[in-house]
Amino acid sequence: MTRLTPTRAWAATILFAAFAILPMITQALGDSYLIVIATRILAYAIAALALDLILGYGGMVSFGHAAYLGIGAYAVAILGRAGITDLGAHMLAAIAVAAVFALITGAISLRTRGIYFIMITLAFAQMGYFFFVSLSAYGGDDGVTLNARSTVFGQPLLENNTALYYTALALLIGLYLLAVAITRSRFGRVLTGARENPLRMQAIGFSPFRYQLTAYVISGCMASIAGVMLANQASYVSPSYMDWHRSGELVVMVVFGGIGNLLGAVAGATIALLLEEWLALLTRHWPILFGLILVLVVLYSRDGLSGFFRSDRS
Amino acid sequence: MTSLFLLQLLNGVQFGILLFLIAAGLTLVFGIMDFVNLAHGVVYMIGAYLAVTFTSMTGSYGLGLLLTLPATLLVGLVLELSVFRRLYDRPHLDQVLATFGLVMIITEGVQVIWGAAPLSVPMPELLSGSVPLIGAMRYPVFRLVIIAAGLLTALGLYLVIGHTRIGMRLRAGASNRAMVAALGVDIGKLFTVIFAFGAMLAGFAGAMVAPVLTVDPGMGEQVLILAFVVIVIGGIGSVRGAFAGALLVGLVDTLGRSFGPILLRAVMEPAAAGQAGRVLAPMLVYILMAVILAVRPSGLFGAKT
Amino acid sequence: MTHPRKIVALLAATTCLAGPAIAQDDDTLKIGLILTLSGPGAVLGEMSRDGFQLAAEEIGDIGGMKTEIIIADAEQKPDIAANKARELVERDKVDIVVGPIFSNILGAIHKPVTDSGAILISPNAGPSVYAGAECNPNFFATSYQNDQMHEVMGAHAQEEGYQNVFLLAPNYQAGKDSLAGFKHSYKGEVAGEIYTQLGQLDYSAELAQIAAMQPDAVFAFMPGGMGVNLVKQYRQAGLETIPFLSAFTVDESTLPAQQDAALGFFGGSNWAPDLDTPENKAFVEAYEAKFDQVPASYAMAGYDTAYLIDAALREAGGVADKEALIAALEAAPFTSVRGDFSFGPNHFPVQDFYLTEVVKREDGKFATSVVKKIFDDYQDNYVADCQMN
Repeated sequence: MTRLTPTRAWAATILFAAFAILPMITQALGDSYLIVIATRILAYAIAALALDLILGYGGMVSFGHAAYLGIGAYAVAILGRAGITDLGAHMLAAIAVAAVFALITGAISLRTRGIYFIMITLAFAQMGYFFFVSLSAYGGDDGVTLNARSTVFGQPLLENNTALYYTALALLIGLYLLAVAITRSRFGRVLTGARENPLRMQAIGFSPFRYQLTAYVISGCMASIAGVMLANQASYVSPSYMDWHRSGELVVMVVFGGIGNLLGAVAGATIALLLEEWLALLTRHWPILFGLILVLVVLYSRDGLSGFFRSDRS
Repeated sequence: MTSLFLLQLLNGVQFGILLFLIAAGLTLVFGIMDFVNLAHGVVYMIGAYLAVTFTSMTGSYGLGLLLTLPATLLVGLVLELSVFRRLYDRPHLDQVLATFGLVMIITEGVQVIWGAAPLSVPMPELLSGSVPLIGAMRYPVFRLVIIAAGLLTALGLYLVIGHTRIGMRLRAGASNRAMVAALGVDIGKLFTVIFAFGAMLAGFAGAMVAPVLTVDPGMGEQVLILAFVVIVIGGIGSVRGAFAGALLVGLVDTLGRSFGPILLRAVMEPAAAGQAGRVLAPMLVYILMAVILAVRPSGLFGAKT
Repeated sequence: MTHPRKIVALLAATTCLAGPAIAQDDDTLKIGLILTLSGPGAVLGEMSRDGFQLAAEEIGDIGGMKTEIIIADAEQKPDIAANKARELVERDKVDIVVGPIFSNILGAIHKPVTDSGAILISPNAGPSVYAGAECNPNFFATSYQNDQMHEVMGAHAQEEGYQNVFLLAPNYQAGKDSLAGFKHSYKGEVAGEIYTQLGQLDYSAELAQIAAMQPDAVFAFMPGGMGVNLVKQYRQAGLETIPFLSAFTVDESTLPAQQDAALGFFGGSNWAPDLDTPENKAFVEAYEAKFDQVPASYAMAGYDTAYLIDAALREAGGVADKEALIAALEAAPFTSVRGDFSFGPNHFPVQDFYLTEVVKREDGKFATSVVKKIFDDYQDNYVADCQMN
């Protein structure tokens, strides 16, 4: 259960404060490029947060969450091509499409359990991937370059990297607070209950299916916002956002940070992406090192990397 | 048209059996040990690479194939002893992640050892060429060999698991580990053996396809998802199910991409049909899986949950 | 690969330990190579890099300047490539970016690099949009425009008088462009047109249709591993009596895997290892001696790109004046291993194209070999759409 204990509140405050002052540090360093990396980290943190909501609290291991990144990213590309550049419109469209997609695929997927759920969510993401690969009008596999980022009130404010960064950060903090509120609500408790003991939940009058589906849809919508941010950050959209590897990487982020611990998802995304950047500097064959770390984390720490820093592992 | 249809049917069955060959080791490990092994695809890849190396060392594909089997058995043993045995009683999520890590390590490792360029095994003289079929159509001999290998694997697994003492222990161990252990069977050793055997099956599949398919660092990943689709459709834990699932996927994929556009043309404009066919073809297998799981949440032959 | 200081700065920033920024050195020439160096497509990126570096070693100081070459891996992920490209121009302040291999990666890095004012030179990818409507003064391609290799084969099929040709390509953008390119110069009947799945393993179904139709020839665009699968299976299905025309399907990057199965198969190219120019002879010899493999066109284009940059820098007298440098590049003041080479107004090459055939050389290695010239001083079809500003 998530309790917003004082420690957690402090941890959250410190983490987000660190993110908030980062642009000033990079300015001092004269290294504006860091903001670009950091924005990417924030976008993935949103997606990991979304995944943790259903994975950590609802026990639903979605191996297809990259589909929502793709939906969000293509919302930017497709609306942008049609001349609609407003960030709000992009987000609304992303959320609407993601909600419909999550509702349909979720309703089918939730009929299954365990590994079947993992595989069917993967299957739906693959369908999305191949759909966009075949979508000639938007470049198919080649993807689409965005001529401009989303606008805010008709102003190209987000062309400034720092502005985009703070927008992403504001969205992350807002969604984090929303996710915390959800997990602390009655809805969240039913969700956790349905994971722990679905029969009992049913016996006391809750239909786990409806709660799980609702959570799944919320999570999909949140992840699509990450896609909107990612598209703006890279100024480029392609089906590779929906690759099954991305879905796997999202799960890795959540597990790195420790599942069922929303702040952990944010930390996990940060750690995983920084680790990737750093290992890539050491050697071209960095996936070997990354894989090794992943295996070791799974084998020796049940709480993700955060588990290593805790002496009293429960 | 009829003869083409029959030939495509045969092609579908052949592709299905190829998929079964690849998925067989996965079913075994997944079904009996309830272990999600994403690294199955890369072990298959190791098998293919070893077949390349051994074939060029010995100058004979047959010898290369024979050497690949114990080598991949060894690979399986090493992986089991170092990583997998610590994961048996962990949740599926942990297994997925640890093996995802192994996929990264091995895919990149293969590039360090063998380079990134695609390699291949030359087709053995004896098995090259084709036999006449209907009219001008011919069928490659090696394809028949693959069909035979797949059927033999299926038969062998069926007999070993269903009709031998060790198979009985396996099935018992799968359904109640503690009970079987209490009866004096060394479950740990049993699982080690199964795992190594599963790796050898993957290696066998890799070595078998090396003469027809490219051997490159992406080959393991390409088949991994398909292999999972096959065993999930069939129902986890059922060799019969995996066989049925493989045939179904092979047929739907092959017939869908050869006759799908023709069917679509009957109901819509040719241009639109072409477009729709192109969008639908790569999704067919996944649509099949979604439909089957929607109707039967534990696959065709899976135990009811 | 890149500089360790990046991560130092990164860690410093994230842990609030600010350090001094490193000053930029102005008299050094900085070239960023951004190529796919990991994953299944890595072999092409490696060849391109090796070709470039071979030339760089031969030249010494490129353009007579102290040269620093920074190599970045575009992986096969466009968004990662976009970030790394941004890193090259914003952090490393490179003057020239060379890359990438794949068109979808070019789509991702084109804007960040050209917007920054750096010069982007593609040693391989040449999608139509950057040759036409979205041509850019800061962008050059030293390879070809993507459609051209397919047009070569279409023209060859037309010349041979084939009446019906069966077309085969993977179901993605480059596949569609490929068949369109072929049909641009081939006017005969199309016996059948099939888009296969990306990364397809088994081509029995398609081969059965080809066998049933018995077309005059088959044209295929199957890059990388798909080409290896198709070529081997084509040969095994006993179809070798039907001429096999292709682009990017049988070349030196896939021949080590295809070997005998590809013998006698045709391809279209702007170059082959046995193209008869003195520069080419020297290049192929040096490359084979150093890397123990036959270079493919990717290596050739990497090699040519380095010499182009060197010559243009000497002409322009350094990188300080970008406009002078662009003008110098446009003049292409170097001798390409391809012989005839100049840039059209859209910064895409005007060059000759050949029909090539797979042969087994005397040393037992497989390579493509020039059969005949198909196009002379050929330019792409998009140049008219280009409004350079």
